[in-house]
Amino acid sequence: MATTEILLAGFGGQGVLFAGKILAYCGLMDNKELSWLPSYGPEMRGGTANCSVCISDEPIGSPLVLTPDILIAMNQPSFDKFIGDVKPGGKVFYDSTLIEADCSRTDIEIFPVASSQLADDNALKGGSNIILLGKVIKETGVFSLETMKKAIEKVVPPSKAQLIPNNFKAIELGMNS
Amino acid sequence: MERNLMKGNEALAEAAIRAGCKCFFGYPITPQTELAAYMAKRMNKAGGVFLQAESEIAAINMVLGAASTGVRAMTSSSSPGLSLKSEGISYIAGSDLPAVIINVQRGGPGLGGIQPSQADYWQATKALGHGDFHLMVFAPASVQEMVDMVVKAFDKADQYRCPAMILADGLLGQMMEPVSFPEINPDSHDKSSWAATGHKGERKHHIINSLYLQPDELEKSVADRFERYAQIKENETDAELYLTEDCDILLCAFGATARVVKSAVNEARAQGIKAGLFRPKTLWPFPEKELNEAAKNAKKLLSVEMSMGQMIDDIKLAINCSKPVEFYGRTGGVIPTPAEVLAEIKKVGGAE
Repeated sequence: MATTEILLAGFGGQGVLFAGKILAYCGLMDNKELSWLPSYGPEMRGGTANCSVCISDEPIGSPLVLTPDILIAMNQPSFDKFIGDVKPGGKVFYDSTLIEADCSRTDIEIFPVASSQLADDNALKGGSNIILLGKVIKETGVFSLETMKKAIEKVVPPSKAQLIPNNFKAIELGMNS
Repeated sequence: MERNLMKGNEALAEAAIRAGCKCFFGYPITPQTELAAYMAKRMNKAGGVFLQAESEIAAINMVLGAASTGVRAMTSSSSPGLSLKSEGISYIAGSDLPAVIINVQRGGPGLGGIQPSQADYWQATKALGHGDFHLMVFAPASVQEMVDMVVKAFDKADQYRCPAMILADGLLGQMMEPVSFPEINPDSHDKSSWAATGHKGERKHHIINSLYLQPDELEKSVADRFERYAQIKENETDAELYLTEDCDILLCAFGATARVVKSAVNEARAQGIKAGLFRPKTLWPFPEKELNEAAKNAKKLLSVEMSMGQMIDDIKLAINCSKPVEFYGRTGGVIPTPAEVLAEIKKVGGAE
């Protein structure tokens, strides 16, 4: 497989970096080459946050994703900013509760997921990011459900292990959305 | 070997602990703060000392003190912090002490910015402080190399009794990559002939000092040190040569920039342009032999840096200006893209 370049973007606090970390750990679980690069600095204090994840069978060159194969957008400014950068044939996943998609591109596939609404309806506060990941693995096949579950078990610290079942539930909600 | 996922900054810290670093003194600065945070969490449990000093200047002088007793000591900072440490580093070099110094570079000059940069190349390789001295400078390009080079830096610093630096940047410090930690046996270097460990009335004083008021004594101490530098230049250069055997255009890049350049070289090859990459892993000593080997068939060289062009001086010196050396760079925290580098390869004439 060629390198899959994934860009995740949203407000600080929406779990953009955490979702990226789960994807990175999926790569680790599947024995792939991978990189994870966050935006850092003032973004982390409430502005926009974004994170580049590269997954490949070959060593990763530049870890900075400029033209993603997969874009995961969690707020309007991120969607508007990055939608034009997605590679032709790429896939876009966005939180349709928060974003009004205005996109004239016909060379990419766009998947709206009402992830904030779904999270609220199912008492999964802050689970919007993981719901979107569920949709991503269903529509792209970049990782299996089993791999993602293993990754979550690895990423969630032992002190918060009680949150693992909620994360599993969020993935399934996303896969079935 | 088990693969873990770690940020470059954390990997630098973990590698130092495994290499037997017993004293870490630092002061927070973006983008290296995770390193100090990791040390704060782990160092005590590992039987060492973590201390957040009142300033960068204090931290480097604490390193001088700890290193004087023969223990492995380290400090880390980012560009503006390194300027503050420069006086202490000169004293460490002048006192013939081993120590490891980490610079996770950000844009400058002045307070500059917090995004990745390589604009401290001159500072690290030419003049990190006053006086006739060098320090070994290692330039990792991956999180794994950050681990491997920290281990090596401690070892070589002890072997040659001189400070060693890891010159990284914000991109490498912040990114996560799979990393594995080799079984490390901190090489036991015998420091009993110089370390200030207390003479107990049984031997002569060991005096750690960089002050020589008699010019001929000072000259001798500097000349002795330069004999060691000659050995380092002879034995410790290291570089990666990638697709250089038949290349028409040889790109030169270190650290994070070399990753971007490698992507561009691969794309150039796919388009039929014979490009290659020379990546120095040691910046001082600069791998002159390795560069001449890599450049032997090239018609042109192109140095790509996250600065206005600093390493290019060493490239021209190493090949004695025998071939044209072009430059492409971004600075201030802007990371060049593979597409920009590819366009530059075509522009400077790798396209025929």
